[in-house]
Amino acid sequence: MSSATANETAPTPIEAFARVEQAGGPLLPLRKTGLARFAERGFPTTRDEDWRFTSLKPLADLPFLPTLEPSDQAFNQTEINGITFGRHDVDRLVFVDGHHSSDLSLISDQPDGVTVSNLADSLSELKNDISSLSANDENPFIALNDAFFTDGALIRIPSNGRLAKPVHLVFLSTAAGDGQAAHVRNWIDAGDNAQGTLVESHLSLGQAATSTNVVTETRIGAGANLEHIKFQDQSDSTVHLASLHSELSKDARYAFHSLALGSRLSRNNLRMRLAKPGIECVLNGLYMTHSDQLADHHMIVDHAAPRCDSHEYFNGILDNQSRGVFHGRILVQSDAQKTNAKQTNKNLILSDHATANTKPQLEIYADDVRCTHGATVGELDDDAIFYLQTRGLDTKTARRMLMHGFAGEIVDRIQHDGIREELDQLVWNRLEDKHHLD
Amino acid sequence: MNAHTDTIDEFVASDYKYGFVTDIESESLEPGLNKDVVRFISAKKNEPEWLLDWRLKALQHFEKMKSPTWPQVKYPPVDFQDISYYSAPKKKGDGPKSLDEVDPKLLETYEKLGVPLHERARLAGVAIDAVFDSESIGTTFKEDLAKAGVIFCSISEAVQKHPELVKKYLGTVVPYTDNFYATLNSAVFSDGSFVYIPQGTRCPMELSTYFRINAANTGQFERTLIVAEESSHVSYLEGCTAPMRDENQLHAAVVELVALDNAEIKYSTVQNWYPGDEQGRGGIYNFVTKRGVCKTNAKISWTQVETGSAITWKYPSVILQGDNSIGEFYSIALTNKAQQADTGTKMVHIGKNTRSTIVSKGISAGKGQNSYRGLVQVGKKATKARNFSQCDSLLIGDKCGAHTFPYIEAKNPSASIEHEATTSKIGEDQIFYCNQRGLEPQDAVNMIVNGFCKEVFRELPMEFAIEAQKLLDVSLEGSVG
Amino acid sequence: MLEIKNLQAGIEDKPILRGIDLSVNAGEVHAIMGPNGSGKSTLASVLAGRDGYDVTSGEVLLQNDNLLNLAPEERAREGVFLAFQYPVEIPGVNSAYFLRSAVNEIRKHRGEEELDAMHFLKAVKTKMKELGLSEDFLKRPVNTGFSGGEKKRNEILQMAMLNPRLAVLDETDSGLDIDALRIVADGVNRLKGPDNAQVVITHYQRLLDYIVPDFVHVLYDGRIIKSGDKTLAYELEEKGYDWLIQNAA
Repeated sequence: MSSATANETAPTPIEAFARVEQAGGPLLPLRKTGLARFAERGFPTTRDEDWRFTSLKPLADLPFLPTLEPSDQAFNQTEINGITFGRHDVDRLVFVDGHHSSDLSLISDQPDGVTVSNLADSLSELKNDISSLSANDENPFIALNDAFFTDGALIRIPSNGRLAKPVHLVFLSTAAGDGQAAHVRNWIDAGDNAQGTLVESHLSLGQAATSTNVVTETRIGAGANLEHIKFQDQSDSTVHLASLHSELSKDARYAFHSLALGSRLSRNNLRMRLAKPGIECVLNGLYMTHSDQLADHHMIVDHAAPRCDSHEYFNGILDNQSRGVFHGRILVQSDAQKTNAKQTNKNLILSDHATANTKPQLEIYADDVRCTHGATVGELDDDAIFYLQTRGLDTKTARRMLMHGFAGEIVDRIQHDGIREELDQLVWNRLEDKHHLD
Repeated sequence: MNAHTDTIDEFVASDYKYGFVTDIESESLEPGLNKDVVRFISAKKNEPEWLLDWRLKALQHFEKMKSPTWPQVKYPPVDFQDISYYSAPKKKGDGPKSLDEVDPKLLETYEKLGVPLHERARLAGVAIDAVFDSESIGTTFKEDLAKAGVIFCSISEAVQKHPELVKKYLGTVVPYTDNFYATLNSAVFSDGSFVYIPQGTRCPMELSTYFRINAANTGQFERTLIVAEESSHVSYLEGCTAPMRDENQLHAAVVELVALDNAEIKYSTVQNWYPGDEQGRGGIYNFVTKRGVCKTNAKISWTQVETGSAITWKYPSVILQGDNSIGEFYSIALTNKAQQADTGTKMVHIGKNTRSTIVSKGISAGKGQNSYRGLVQVGKKATKARNFSQCDSLLIGDKCGAHTFPYIEAKNPSASIEHEATTSKIGEDQIFYCNQRGLEPQDAVNMIVNGFCKEVFRELPMEFAIEAQKLLDVSLEGSVG
Repeated sequence: MLEIKNLQAGIEDKPILRGIDLSVNAGEVHAIMGPNGSGKSTLASVLAGRDGYDVTSGEVLLQNDNLLNLAPEERAREGVFLAFQYPVEIPGVNSAYFLRSAVNEIRKHRGEEELDAMHFLKAVKTKMKELGLSEDFLKRPVNTGFSGGEKKRNEILQMAMLNPRLAVLDETDSGLDIDALRIVADGVNRLKGPDNAQVVITHYQRLLDYIVPDFVHVLYDGRIIKSGDKTLAYELEEKGYDWLIQNAA
């Protein structure tokens, strides 16, 4: 189906809103405001500084229609067991095109006060929470998500509680028809001293040009410790847009790992607010792109309180005509004394036509801080190749080992042993399959 | 007591020692910006038709442009109709034929600034072009330079005497459409320096221009053009000061450098325009476009010490067009009181084996805000391009800010780009250590800051390095409470 | 074992080695000394096959095979080991994984069976204990975040594991304190045997108190200007290099 006919037969997102309005619900005011904000701003262009290197052209040709109804495609548990991380001992919440599938989900008994469920059934009680962390973001895709989100995960861990098992959030896109847009919303609330591991997978089943727009809000209580792994491996014809807003409390520890392997265009907006002293926040990402893919990570780490540590590590391996974009801003407010912030972005370019854009930024208003950032773009280090050769490895093996190490630097930071080991193997196979290593 | 000593008292009382006003009769144009103003400036300088046309095209383009909002600086909108675009000391008769005929008050001004122009006190080994408001008032050592074939004069004079050279290169590096303030400059530039080094010549002495803003409510729009023919070499230095006034004054200069095959240009700036007071009243808005182009094997090196101005907004850049060409940028930017600086560089790698080095040292004290903004771009064909950037910031006090905004774009797999940045404050243990060895806190700070800046000082010609170091000390006065 | 004949080499038309002749037999330890810039590190690099050096004349034979025709890894498999002056940091590559790959490449080349993880670990842990390296060392990325002493000890560990025929130690003593120096030297001495040889490149006599050479050669301006036994090293310690340089000139 060409996009022209799609446009004739299908309504625009704004027209599709009539059905959302009809459905009503406790969040209708938020949805209306979202729609209005989106209508006012429209899609960003490369003239917007925040989108300077990331053209949304691939999106412009799509009708971008919300998948308001669940797909009628049927799956079974066995199929889900076959996906990446499918064989780990986890609690699994599955969403298909933004709709919760209780048949595919597997949730064991949880300790007292722990909630692992979908969020659409609890909207009334979440009325004041949803959008409380993302409201000040100008990103029009958040406004669009406010208006159209269908469902997503609700994870609540009470004070001093912990998740029974790691929770695996599986977001499947049936990708049956061009132009479908799944709007997913997650709400994660970890109480004081809560602990848990969260794995978030985004996968597509078909090859159609669809989009996913996911907004996740994460509240992390004092002394809480959360590891959050996001694995994006959608088909090369999709557009993946994501926003993560996390607010961290005193002495909290939060590690977010982003693996961006799929999608024609992927964008991760990460907004960390370090609101209280003593926080340790790690953002850790690997992007590997080929053909005409674009992977963009855009983050702001806002140090609003003293004595917090933040680390951003992002490595990219870019092949063919692909592009990797990194925008990292560390903002240190005037009260945030004794901040320790570090940011690195390294890029390996494997082809004559790939492009790396990197903007590691520091904005500092406090004087007693230690902030460093670094960025590199280039080929593999000749000295390292020689060193490996003198130990008996041929150049082909040496190059592979270094590239593996380059990706491994990121993967190794994942604390969950099983997930890390599976990812390590997967990344390696992917490099061998899709990239020019020699 | 006359008005003159008043200003001297004021100067003694303040820590900006160049804040005095020269009492001289000036010829100033009424404030306003339009075609007639452009025609007036052009006529005043007896310019050829092509140059007037170029200015008018720039004005037309300017009227369609909006002032940039992306820099990390805050200031009220500038009313471009409220500025006088031309001011010059009134000439008697046809004007001075040589420096001996220049108004003694002007000579005295430059002497007070530490830049004597008259024969007996001239700085040895340095030729100086002195620009006062919109006009060049004279150039020293002209004859000696002429013997080497070097042309060093005001750009107005160059338009008269070497029009073919000016026409060939003016606007080739910074076109009149380039950016808001460069376009404005193209329309109304008044004077500036022109340097031409012939093929295979090593300029026998340092060349220097000293810019002085004197008149009130005027803008200074100088234009400098330096052309280094094949295999030539030149080192050029500019210095700038202005009186203390409560109003802000606009300085929007353009500098173009052309380094042909195997040529080398070293361009150093010690910028000390009036910075305004603690409350942010007064001071110069220093909005400058500086760019050079390197042909094969050529090298351009920018060194800047920026201690003055209320706002500094400049990015001396190098287009590395020729294979094996080299670009360098060494910068010290200090913001104290309520000063703001958004400065850095662009290194555009086009040719093969091109190399660039960026060393930026930002020092923020008082309520100063200091931003490094830089672009390193490696084009598809720039095989084996190399860049190393280091941006360090030092914070003194808790009301200032230091920001770093590097942009890196690489389109060639053989590129190697490294960017490092650190931000730190002067350690209390460092100061204590100095105190314990008998140093005053302020001296300790000066010492630490000078150490922090050493890599850049090393790039300055010797006598200016000492001057710059002193300037930094003076600018930091009162930064330790 | 090693035969260097009239070796001339340089970088980008700049000659550095101007004709070196050296013969090293199995079981021998040779020290090469010389002032800075005399060509010591260039010799080590040329022996190991580092890119960027042009050999303009001469040959290097290892048990009658011409080394100069071989890629660096082939030389390593033939038994040439270079202990680097500045061991390279390789972030992200786990030390154990790296070392096991190297050991097995060389075993394969020798027609030996590859070591499985268990046997490898057993072997490496024994060697590590001897060198005073803690076990977490194996989990860390190669040389990344190591202190100067740890990097040098890692070189000796690799050498012990790879069991080379010819070990070339390039300024292995630089940056080491006396205790670390002793550990490194002990490690080197333990590897000495009737079937292998060692070439120790050093600027100072200090190292030779611990690794006693059979022969000492003085390199200056790309040539060996004097050879002798270990007493030559003491003589150099006492008188410096100038008297030799003047004699040579």
